[in-house]
Amino acid sequence: MDFNWTKKDLLSIYDLTAEEIVCILDTAEEFKKVCQRNVKKVPALRGKTVVNFFVEPSTRTRVSFELAEQRLSADIINIQANGSSLQKGETLLDTVKNIEALQADIIVMRHSAPGSHNLIANETSCGVINAGDGAHSHPTQALLDIFTIREKKGDLKGLKVSIIGDIRHSRVARSNIWGLLKLGADVTIAGPSTLVPREFESIGIKVCHNLKDALENADVVNLLRIQHERQNAGYFPSTDEYAKIFGLNHNSVKYLKPDALVMHPGPINRNVELSSDIADGAQSVILEQVTNGLAVRMAVLFLIAGCLNK
Amino acid sequence: MTDNKTFILKGGRVVDPAGKIDAIMDVGVSDGKIVNAQSIRGAEEINVSGKVITPGLIDVHVHLRDPGQTASETMASGTMAAAAGGFTTVVSMPNTKPVADSTGTIDNIRRKISESAVIKVLPSGAMTKGLAGEEMSAIGSLHSAGIVALTDDGKCIQNHSLMRNIVRYAKSFQLPIMDHCEEYSLVNGGVMHEGVWSTLLGMTGIASASEELIVDRNIIIARDEDWKIHCQHISARESVEKLRAAQANGIKISAEATPHHICFTDEEIKHFDSDFKMNPPLRAEDDRLALIEGLKDGTISIIASDHAPHTHTSKLVEFDYAPFGVVGLETSLSVCLTMLYHSGEMSLSSVIEKMTCNPAEFLGIDAGTLREGAAADITVIDLDWEYTVDKSKFKSLSRNTPFHGMKVKGKVAATICDGKFVYIAE
Repeated sequence: MDFNWTKKDLLSIYDLTAEEIVCILDTAEEFKKVCQRNVKKVPALRGKTVVNFFVEPSTRTRVSFELAEQRLSADIINIQANGSSLQKGETLLDTVKNIEALQADIIVMRHSAPGSHNLIANETSCGVINAGDGAHSHPTQALLDIFTIREKKGDLKGLKVSIIGDIRHSRVARSNIWGLLKLGADVTIAGPSTLVPREFESIGIKVCHNLKDALENADVVNLLRIQHERQNAGYFPSTDEYAKIFGLNHNSVKYLKPDALVMHPGPINRNVELSSDIADGAQSVILEQVTNGLAVRMAVLFLIAGCLNK
Repeated sequence: MTDNKTFILKGGRVVDPAGKIDAIMDVGVSDGKIVNAQSIRGAEEINVSGKVITPGLIDVHVHLRDPGQTASETMASGTMAAAAGGFTTVVSMPNTKPVADSTGTIDNIRRKISESAVIKVLPSGAMTKGLAGEEMSAIGSLHSAGIVALTDDGKCIQNHSLMRNIVRYAKSFQLPIMDHCEEYSLVNGGVMHEGVWSTLLGMTGIASASEELIVDRNIIIARDEDWKIHCQHISARESVEKLRAAQANGIKISAEATPHHICFTDEEIKHFDSDFKMNPPLRAEDDRLALIEGLKDGTISIIASDHAPHTHTSKLVEFDYAPFGVVGLETSLSVCLTMLYHSGEMSLSSVIEKMTCNPAEFLGIDAGTLREGAAADITVIDLDWEYTVDKSKFKSLSRNTPFHGMKVKGKVAATICDGKFVYIAE
C-alpha cells in the first residue's frame, strides 16, 4: 500500500477520492486481523487523546469508536453534550476550542446539524472525524458497509446495490451512495416516493418505488431503519403498511438472488423494514457489519493520527 | 468640496430614467435642490466627465437594527453603509426591538434618524402587533406618525382574512403593503431551497411553493381590494410567472429582487457557509434566470438589497442555527451593474430605474429624479471601476456578505444627499 493519506479530517465520503476510500479499506483489513488476535490491542495511538463529543445521543457508533480507540491505546474523553454547554450559551466553536486547549488530538463528533463538522474542522488543529451530522453524512458507516461488501463480493465495479427505506432522512444512505458511486457500483434507491426523493437521479442513480425492481438482480440490499416519527409527520400511513409493501419479508424475499447480501446499519425494526427470519438468516451480514465497523474506525483513527504527526 | 451649497457637476453622463434622460450634461445644485446649471453659472464646477450621474439610489428593503440590535448595526453605521452604496433613501424594516408597531417606536426611530442618519430613512410600520400575524397594529396612527409603507417583513401573515382586512384598511391611508411571501406549513424548519442540493446535503428545504402560494394569495387580495401589494425579495421562477400574468391583468401587484438571488444558487450551500443563508433562500439556476428575465421585462420593477446585518458571532454557528440574512447595501449597485449591465442583459437606464424612480413611484414619494426643483439626491458612478469586494472595508458594523472576494465592475464614486456629499470613494 503506497498511498499517502494527507487529510486531517474525515468529514464526508463526498470529499474522498476513490484512492482514499481504498486506502481506508486496505488499512482496515490489517486492523481486522488485529481484532482477531488473542491480544487485540496495538500501541498505534499511545499518548494521543481522542475526544468523543456526542452532541446528539448515540450508543452503537459511540461504543464502536470508543472500543476502536481503546484498541489503539489512545486516551479517551467522552463528552455527552446533549446541547448542555450549548444550552448555556456556549457556541459549538467555543466548546471545540476548549477541547483543543486540553491538547486533544482528535475529535470524534456527532451532531444533529448538517455541516457542523465543516464548521469546526476549519477552526481547529485537531483532527475531526464525523460520526454523523443530521441527515447529511456518516462516513464511517458507509466505509464499514463498503468494507463488508468488498470482503464478500470483491471489486465493487458494476456491482448492483439497492438501498431501501427512508433515504430522505438518512445520512447512511447519503454516505453509501457517494462511496458506492466513487467505487463504480450501480446504485438503486427504493421506497415510497415521500421518502425517496427523485432529485437523486441527478447524480446518476436509479430511483424506484417498487420493491420488486429494487430486489431483482441486486447483489446487495441495504435496508434502512424506518422511524415511527416519520409516520406522524405524514410520510406514510403506518409502519404496518410500510412493512407489507416495502419490507423485506417472506413475500418479497422470493425476488432476491440467493447470493445477495442483506445488510442493515441497525438498529433493526424487526418485522418493519426487515422480517426477523431474514435478519437472522444465511444471507444476512448485519452482525459482520458491526465487527467490521471496529476495524474501519481503527483505520480512520490511525490514518488521521498519522497525518497529525507530520 | 463637501460643504458646497452651490455647485455644478460638469460633463457627466446623466442617466435619469424618470426624465427619460441619458445624455452628457451638467447638473446644478443649489441649496439642496437640483437647479438648471445655466442658472448658477460661475458656481464651483466639479468635473465628473467619464462618470455617470444618476438620481440618488433608493432601497425599499433595509434592516437598520436600531433600536434594539445595535451590535449588528446602528442608525449611523447603517446609513453610512447606505451612502457608501450610493443610496440616499432607504426604507427601514419594522423588525426592530421593540417592533415598529406603535407610534412611540416610530417617534423613537425618527428621533434616531434626525440625530444620526447621514441619508434619508423612511420607516415602515408593522402590519400586525409584534409581527405576530394575529392582530392588526395601529395602522392609522402609524400613518400619522409618518410611516411610508406597511410590512411584517421576515414574517408572513398566515391568516388570509386578516391579511385582506389589513390591505383593505391600509388603502384608506393609501399605505402600500410590502409582503414577505412564505406559507409556513411548506417551510417546516427549512434552512435552504428545497431541491437537488437540499436532497444531496440532507438539509431541510424551503419549497418554492411556499412563496408561490402567498404570491398567489397576494394577487387575489390585490385584485379584490384594488390596492398595492408588493412582494418582497422574490426568489422562485413560479412566483415570477404568477406575477407576470397578474400584472398583465392590471392587478396592482409588484415585486422586488435582491442582488444575491440574481447572483447565486443553492449549490453554494454545499460549503455550509452561513453567509449564504437567507430567507427566502438561494434557489436553483432556473429560478435565478427567471428573476433576471423578470427584471428585464419589468415584472420585477424594483431591486432591493434586503440588507440584514448579523454579528460574526451569531453567524459563526451550525448552519441550521445561524440566523437568516446577509448585508447588501454596499455591494448592491456593483453587483447589479456586473450581473445585469456589464453582462449585456440590461441597459444602464433600466438597471437604474429599478433603484430610483420605480421604488419612488411605488412608495409615492418625491424622489428618484434629477428634475429641476427636486431634492439634490445624486449618485456619481464610475462604471468601469473594477475591484474585489472586501468585507473588511465595509462601513456596516456587520460583515455577513456572500459577495466577499467577488470581482465586480462599477462602483459608487460619490453620493450626494440634499446637496451635501455624504460619501466620496477613496
